[in-house]
Amino acid sequence: MPETKGATKEQIEERVIEALVEFGEERDGLKGSTKFADLDVDSLDLVELAQIIEDEYGIEVQDTDLDKIETIDDVTALVSQRLA
Amino acid sequence: MSRDVVITGVGAVTPLGVGARTLIERWSAGESGISDGVARCSDFDPTDFLSRREARRADRFTQMALVAADEALAQAGWSEAPPYDGDDVGCVIGTGIGGISTIEDQHTVMLERGPGAMSPLCVPQMMPNAAAGAVAMRHGLRGECYGTVSACAAGAQAVGAGMRMVERGDVAACIVGGAEAGVTPLSMAAFAGMGATSEEGISRPFDRRRDGFVIGEGAGVIVLESAGRAAEREAPILGRLTGYGATADAFHLTAPDPEGAGAARAMAAAMRDAGIEPGAVDYVNAHGTSTPLNDRSETEAIKRVFGDRATSVPVSSLKSSIGHLLGAAGAVEVVATLGALGDGVVPPTLNLEQPDEGLDLDYVPGESRPMERNGHPPIAISNSFGFGGHNVVLCMEAEES
Repeated sequence: MPETKGATKEQIEERVIEALVEFGEERDGLKGSTKFADLDVDSLDLVELAQIIEDEYGIEVQDTDLDKIETIDDVTALVSQRLA
Repeated sequence: MSRDVVITGVGAVTPLGVGARTLIERWSAGESGISDGVARCSDFDPTDFLSRREARRADRFTQMALVAADEALAQAGWSEAPPYDGDDVGCVIGTGIGGISTIEDQHTVMLERGPGAMSPLCVPQMMPNAAAGAVAMRHGLRGECYGTVSACAAGAQAVGAGMRMVERGDVAACIVGGAEAGVTPLSMAAFAGMGATSEEGISRPFDRRRDGFVIGEGAGVIVLESAGRAAEREAPILGRLTGYGATADAFHLTAPDPEGAGAARAMAAAMRDAGIEPGAVDYVNAHGTSTPLNDRSETEAIKRVFGDRATSVPVSSLKSSIGHLLGAAGAVEVVATLGALGDGVVPPTLNLEQPDEGLDLDYVPGESRPMERNGHPPIAISNSFGFGGHNVVLCMEAEES
């Protein structure tokens, strides 16, 4: 597992899952390949998720980034890429 | 088909607990929901009733409205689904302030962490129409839907607006109510700053020593249905909403007209709308805030309308038990008043021990008493007045059992 500054992909994934649970999702079954479209997640949640990872990792997430995100893995990859 | 308006369900979240029966039974027993000078709904935990997601997306005033609406709709037999097409059901929920705790929290976030840190939920939580929208969404109510904004008359005004909607035939039913969660630092400081709240922290309407209202929180929701449609579906009827009167003082931003002219016109209008004379009224549910100005002007207004009968009709204030629920008050008072009529009980004005000079109505001090029967279904009016000079009066009667 490649390590990015202060956060492994596993840690990032865990943080995203934690946020989704805060939004009201059940933790069971949430994994990297989980698609947001299959969850009860809407645009307000995605904006909030973007804020959480911006705060957590000190990166910037644009609306255009959010448009490309479909899965938890996509979020992890985005954060890793920005941190690299 | 009759477009008269019947009440088929009621729900309440108040400082006396969750539930309409809890409210009426505890008030009738002379119990108080006020503690340390405020009236919080301490028993209310939104996650007992709502999913984490629903609770998270709603300010406290909306959470309370959702829970009161669930209770009212369950009583009306709507738990599974509305008995009408959702397009044929309206929803009007009033509030005095809206999502004030959201505003306060998010203002702190903005000052401490900058505008980029604002929650995307800030606007949908703080908007005063959020409760109406959330109740409509939860139950699939797709008729006319909005919030009323008339300060402490907002809850009663929502009831009146829904009544008219049903009477006009716009909808078969309308879910109405009021919700407020203003027991917050900014809200409490603001009301204290204008001298409206009690420094002693005691709600004692009509007492010589009264020094302001005690701030409270809660929600009340009522299911209104067209009498004809309710009869068709053989719905159990709790009572009838028979009159609505609304006027403005156009006198002062916050002070009521000392002669109570606007309030008196609203009472007269509600009784005219109901087709009754003041002599038919068995009980007056007062606005009775425990402020020096309201309790005097309201007394004057009752005297204007009731004339010789003013001193014999029982008048009492729920605010003596649960404080002032601001924009929720009028709706919660409809729930309580209907409960009193149904029980045949006149609930008391608590803490009234030293009557003020000139305040000489029968305020039912201290203890409840049986409601006198006049050979017709028991009839009450409920008064609600708001800063801005809003006067709203509703007339209702219990269904004869």
